[in-house]
Amino acid sequence: MTYRNPPTTPRKSATFDDYTLSEIRRAAATGIYDIRGAGAKRKLPHFDDLLFLGASISRYPLEGYRERCDTSVVLGSRHAKKPIELKIPITIAGMSFGSLSGPAKEALGRGATLSGTSTTTGDGGMTEEERGHSKMLVYQYLPSRYGMNPRDLRRADAIEVVVGQGAKPGGGGMLLGQKISDRVAEMRTLPKGIDQRSASRHPDWTGPDDLEIKILELREITDWEKPIYVKVGGARPYYDTALAVKSGADVVVVDGMQGGTAATQEVFIENVGQPTLACIRPAVQALQDLGMHRKVQLIVSGGIRNGADVAKALALGVDAVSIGTAALVALGDNDPRWEAEYNELGTTAGAYDDWHEGRDPAGITTQDPELMKRVDPIAAGRRLANYLKVMTLEAQTIARACGKNSLHNLEPEDLVALTIEAAAMAGVPLAGTNWIPGKNGF
Amino acid sequence: MPATKLSKTAAHDNASRVFDLDAMSLREFNQALHKLTPGSNETAWEALNPKGNHSVAVGVDQPVTIDVRGSVGYYCGGMNDGAAITVHGSAGPGVGENMMSGSITIKGDASQYAGATGRGGLLVIEGNASSRCGISMKGIDIVVHGNIGHMSAFMAQSGNLVVLGDAGDALGDSIYEARLFVRGKVESLGADCIAKEMRAEHLDLLQGLLDRAGVTGVKPAEFKRYGSARTLYNFNIDNADAY
Repeated sequence: MTYRNPPTTPRKSATFDDYTLSEIRRAAATGIYDIRGAGAKRKLPHFDDLLFLGASISRYPLEGYRERCDTSVVLGSRHAKKPIELKIPITIAGMSFGSLSGPAKEALGRGATLSGTSTTTGDGGMTEEERGHSKMLVYQYLPSRYGMNPRDLRRADAIEVVVGQGAKPGGGGMLLGQKISDRVAEMRTLPKGIDQRSASRHPDWTGPDDLEIKILELREITDWEKPIYVKVGGARPYYDTALAVKSGADVVVVDGMQGGTAATQEVFIENVGQPTLACIRPAVQALQDLGMHRKVQLIVSGGIRNGADVAKALALGVDAVSIGTAALVALGDNDPRWEAEYNELGTTAGAYDDWHEGRDPAGITTQDPELMKRVDPIAAGRRLANYLKVMTLEAQTIARACGKNSLHNLEPEDLVALTIEAAAMAGVPLAGTNWIPGKNGF
Repeated sequence: MPATKLSKTAAHDNASRVFDLDAMSLREFNQALHKLTPGSNETAWEALNPKGNHSVAVGVDQPVTIDVRGSVGYYCGGMNDGAAITVHGSAGPGVGENMMSGSITIKGDASQYAGATGRGGLLVIEGNASSRCGISMKGIDIVVHGNIGHMSAFMAQSGNLVVLGDAGDALGDSIYEARLFVRGKVESLGADCIAKEMRAEHLDLLQGLLDRAGVTGVKPAEFKRYGSARTLYNFNIDNADAY
């Protein structure tokens, strides 16, 4: 019997992990980059890295089910004659008709309206489904200007000038040919079936001085009635917020890199932009430095999942949050009931992110008439409303425990961080210490 | 012309409502235009002393005539839907942006992005237009008597751009279904934009556009037509170096 030296356990590279290897093989086989939705999937510092302190001897709580905890917020009071009044500080983010089906857009409108909040159009114009079923509808003003017209501008409740989005700061929209149905093609003034890549820059303005003039035009067209938001991707939140305020925005929307219903290159999603948590404090700081905190409202989006995330964002100085991915999941996206069909597409429930391809088993991110039927807009809208209600109750529960009779009274002093990274980004102390990295010379 | 704040004048065939932008705010002028309802007999409007103001006569949605006596800043006639606007001077960036219908005539020159994303109506520039004329146009017709600058008709989706003079670099880059007619020299064509055959239907179309724009003494046969090669409509990695 020959002696064999004991073998080592087969060891896979941390650098060349299974996903990386599969991506190299995929790129070599196809010659094209991978496109997907769903935002950054890598592990990032996030709201989970923060904890609330709750009440103690020095702070006393409010009764959980008795004492009032206000959740309302007014957006757009700086210049607009008709600001938006939300019952809850959670809005539905912009997602296009074209990307989403008509019934899915209707469901978002129904759910938002039941909850007393707003929903938002997207890079495809305003549909009757969402206008009809949304009490408060924010109309996005995008580089592509698909479907843009003054009639819809005037029947919107607010206008959101989109400079960028978290999934791809500096990138334009993308909708593959199979989703360009007759209706989508007509709304976008494009031939049916082409791959539609929307512009990444606005066609008629460049830079903050032009933006100020553009906002003036939109206000003149709508007789100064509508709140005007400016949405930016999480790139340079301090300067982008300051420049948006300078340009005359009523509301600034900052979307971190986890923001993710938009389709783009995987390499873009995972490597461009900053995490949501890292965007908040610089944006709030810019507003404070300008004396505009709470005068110009700040909405933050990108990876908001539950009431704790809402409460933490508000404690850091945000006025409202916005949800996209979570809203789709509430409607039924990535539901395990469609597992067999996800498997046929080479994926699994919870990992499906090829929303741009139009083959969504859940019938949400598709223009296929058969798949679309899977979304009952009334039932899906109800689920979204339930989910929004739960998030609100969760945030109120935390706020009361911190002794706050309004969600907007939460403050950074209510928070600590579990990691040095999160402490530095959020500007709150590392748990168990009084150390805020970057503050007081440390 | 006396600088009355709000007056009727007999200086024109129909009595005009005259707004002196030196004496009253732009907001008052635009809001007065927005209050117009179908069938209003206030069909002739005049703005004095625009002095480069931005957003003059934006969002008008009734078929009135508006004469702007002087040069304007950004976005004059933006989102116009039915009005016939004449600027007796030059126009700043984005004149007639996203026009839906109606017409805008610029007696002088136009700056960048003239007619950007326009969906309908007619934009006539009697002088020259700067860069990005007709960018992302979606159905508008644009007639430029002079020359146009670089990157004009970038990502142009639909509509017609007619240029009696020359076109700058990268004309029609990433163009979709818009038609471009240039009488003079084209400095260079952008990605996926090619010269195309001028068929009888195009000669007819062009003659119609020249007539509507009041151009005389110029024949359609003097123009060349440019449009999309349609090779970039569906992504193909082998075309990546075209971008």
